Amino acid sequence: MGAGLIESIEQRPARGALIDQGPTVLRAREHTVEIVSDAGEGAQKCGQIFGAVSAKMGNGVWTVEIIPAEIQPPPRIPEGASGYRIRIGSGPVTNWGDESKLIVAFNEQVLLARHRLGALAEDATILVEDMWASHDNADVRRAWDAAMEELSARRYRIVRVPMEEQCLTLVDNPRKGKNMFALGLLSRIYGRDLDRVREQIAHTFRKKSEEVYERNVALVRLGYDWAAANIDVRVEVPPLRSAQGMLFKDVPMVVMNGNEALGMGALASGMELCAMYPITPATSVSHYLAEVFERFGGVLHQAEDEIAAAGVAVGASYAGKVAFTITSGPGLALKTEFIGLAVMTEIPLVVIDVQRGGPSTGLPTKVEQSDLLAALYAQPGDAPRVVIAPATIEECFYTVIAARRIAEAFRCVVMVLSDANLATGVQPFPRPALDERWLAPPLDLSPVPDGARPYGWDERLGISRRVVPGQQGGMHTVTGLSHDERSKVAYSAGVHQRGVAMRSRKLAALAQTLTPPEPYGADAGDLLIVGWGSTRGAIEEAVDRARAEGLAVSSLQLRFLSPLEPGLTAIFARFRKVATVEINYSDEPGAPLATEQGRRRGQLAWLLRAATLVDVDCWTRVPGEPLRPAAIVEAIRDLMPGAGR
Amino acid sequence: MTDFTTTTTASSCSLLGCAVDDDERDFELSDYEGATARWCPGCGDHSVLTAVERLLAAEQLKPEDTVFVSGIGCSSRFPHYLKTYGFHGIHGRALPVATGVKLHRPELTVFVVMGDGDCCSIGAGHWMHAVRYNMKMVVMMLDNSIYGLTKNQTSPTTPLGHATNTQPRGSYLPPLNPLAATLGMTNVSFVAQTAEWVPAHLLATLKAAFHHDGFAFVRVLQRCPVYMPALYQKVVRDPRSLELLVHDDGVTVPELDALYPHRLAHDPRDLDAARRLADSATGGERIRLGVFFRDETRPRYEVIHRPPARTSAERLELLNAELDKYAV
Repeated sequence: MGAGLIESIEQRPARGALIDQGPTVLRAREHTVEIVSDAGEGAQKCGQIFGAVSAKMGNGVWTVEIIPAEIQPPPRIPEGASGYRIRIGSGPVTNWGDESKLIVAFNEQVLLARHRLGALAEDATILVEDMWASHDNADVRRAWDAAMEELSARRYRIVRVPMEEQCLTLVDNPRKGKNMFALGLLSRIYGRDLDRVREQIAHTFRKKSEEVYERNVALVRLGYDWAAANIDVRVEVPPLRSAQGMLFKDVPMVVMNGNEALGMGALASGMELCAMYPITPATSVSHYLAEVFERFGGVLHQAEDEIAAAGVAVGASYAGKVAFTITSGPGLALKTEFIGLAVMTEIPLVVIDVQRGGPSTGLPTKVEQSDLLAALYAQPGDAPRVVIAPATIEECFYTVIAARRIAEAFRCVVMVLSDANLATGVQPFPRPALDERWLAPPLDLSPVPDGARPYGWDERLGISRRVVPGQQGGMHTVTGLSHDERSKVAYSAGVHQRGVAMRSRKLAALAQTLTPPEPYGADAGDLLIVGWGSTRGAIEEAVDRARAEGLAVSSLQLRFLSPLEPGLTAIFARFRKVATVEINYSDEPGAPLATEQGRRRGQLAWLLRAATLVDVDCWTRVPGEPLRPAAIVEAIRDLMPGAGR
Repeated sequence: MTDFTTTTTASSCSLLGCAVDDDERDFELSDYEGATARWCPGCGDHSVLTAVERLLAAEQLKPEDTVFVSGIGCSSRFPHYLKTYGFHGIHGRALPVATGVKLHRPELTVFVVMGDGDCCSIGAGHWMHAVRYNMKMVVMMLDNSIYGLTKNQTSPTTPLGHATNTQPRGSYLPPLNPLAATLGMTNVSFVAQTAEWVPAHLLATLKAAFHHDGFAFVRVLQRCPVYMPALYQKVVRDPRSLELLVHDDGVTVPELDALYPHRLAHDPRDLDAARRLADSATGGERIRLGVFFRDETRPRYEVIHRPPARTSAERLELLNAELDKYAV
């Protein structure tokens, strides 16, 4: 949606764009803006503030970080682009969208990075720092000229902004202030309420001095005024109003990123111990917890390694309330052995995996959904566990609460699969109405009744009552060795078979409590797209667009991957074709050497084919970024029955 | 000298609000006995198990408030043979599990049992850090210098040149010195060495370790009658080949005086001296037993890192305040 902002295209970039005829105002239901800089120039902070202010003004918001893989990449190289994309809408925004309509760039090289990735709309408006055009260094000037030449291939509207020159009127080191100047530009262009901007600056820099606050506010004002005088672009994305008022004002809302939501979910679950080891992109959960957990009576333990983090969580859970650990792909690999032990000993454990690109160290800062099969199966022996994937930032919050309760009730391991997209994405959602029942109850240290056994399995459900240290009469030794219901090491035939069966039966029991998922779109049709995790927003937006084109497509987003939600075979039967859309690898049909049998498929596709015997196709990509709705719409067209695929 | 006659109540669940002061149970040795030990006849583990049972009874530890955590190996079967809570986990990872137990339930009394492969090889990374955390627990490293459960492979403490199934022409490298390594770690607070064939010293050392406020690392020299029968043969037969470190703040066992002529006064507060003595504690002229180092002033992780107890109502109030910060 949203045609070009400006009809006329200037071939030669001009400095500013004088507003002789007054500003061109575009009213849009949604708009996507980016701000990019070298690492350390603060583009992310600018974007965060802009996103938060927009949410507070009643817009739907989705934000995504643009992260370089290195901490301090050299300046002025495309690979070093660091920044933020903010998609704002009149109504709820569920994903990062397709292309940006406006971009603020602190140099032409980071701008090129976004251009080359196809991140910018054909008619995007570009606000670029112009100091490089007249730089003392001839190499820099040549680089600028070459970049402008490259960019001229598209119909961008380029506005040169003397950011450094302007900032120098207020500060000595513009590297530390350009981001606030840029925030001022955006505030003017998007009509942001400056009081809200000031409030958000005060919050963001609450640990800094009053002087820093004052300087930042002055820089914002400077940018705001410069934009008013020199930029003829205005974008209005009015908050959606219902009969009662603004959409997001009818119910109290909160706004946060997925990792904060996971951390807050842990607080609401009553868990009291988190053991972790730093790993991107999971670490920021622990940053959040490090700030607040202790006040809640919790302990955040940074262990000596990923293995120890799992071990400390297992030890803590064994002795008391359910504990959790947070990690990402390579860390999950290391935790495998302890997860197996927790399964075997039926020690409840919550493992949060914020997925990134793999295998091995892969793409540390980029999104991927490649850990599904690892979460389900990476384990020697039969080690059934529960796997849940939140689909939105709001679900990140509630999933942790559910994970704790399931882990406790079924004495099992619950894996929560988030990803880098949810981790750093920011989205408003209705403020949770807290419930005391979410909290883990106090430890029951009452004496164990006579005859009670540490694994007194209910034959039908596989469930047994947990006994913890401190309970008189409950003394026993848990062991990773195969054991009977008294936790005695198995020396006789049949004991192992029974234990494995009991641990498996718990999953079947949990599955009984789940309800069939409901398709988005229509209940039946030509094509059903099945997704899991963070792709929900993009998939559903794509379904909307494809249905608007007249295609009979629906989608289904699965939360429970183990056990699978019930009723899938019946739902699949109502569609002529079923295909998954995932951010992981699969062989394209028709790829060199690909055969129908040998074709490697998307991870959920493997799972669904095995579970339902339906010929589930897949369309998957590993671009190191979230899927764009437009790309999914194209995939839907290709996947439609009879489309030739 | 440590007063062993004073019984401290190491376990109490006052933190959880359940007073057990009226508990008048008397525990006897048999109250701590679990399954029949399945170690080989002559294995040093039997002697340690006996000493531990005597310690538990002497200290009147409540079985339900006592947790033995082990890894994998012959010695890690230990918890099965006691009637306390036990955690027989995975190879090399007893210490992270014990850390989790103690961090979450500091009122529990925690013992850790590891072998030399468990502690010094596959679990070496955890060993160093657990020393630094200095959480109150008795950590017994049952060191027979060989892998027994997997049948005769070289361990980090196998003597140089000793032939095993994995190094049949003799082990290539000099053995790792667990005492020196532990004493080299920042925040070390208790390091002792004892031997399974000197039961009185073993028990006295375990008692000293139990009463230490911090991470008490005890290396127990052991014989493996099947795969390493010759290792301490000479030492066992010749009391003159042992040297006992003695000090009022260490371990002094008067009844041993008659048998073991070599004694060395060593103040366990002296870390430099401890490190010098540890360097040649097994490889030198005589094997040294005793408390090498002890310092109760070192910070303990579970004490420093202790959050306040919160009620559900308090948590909900705090969480509401937290949500306020994110309110739109």
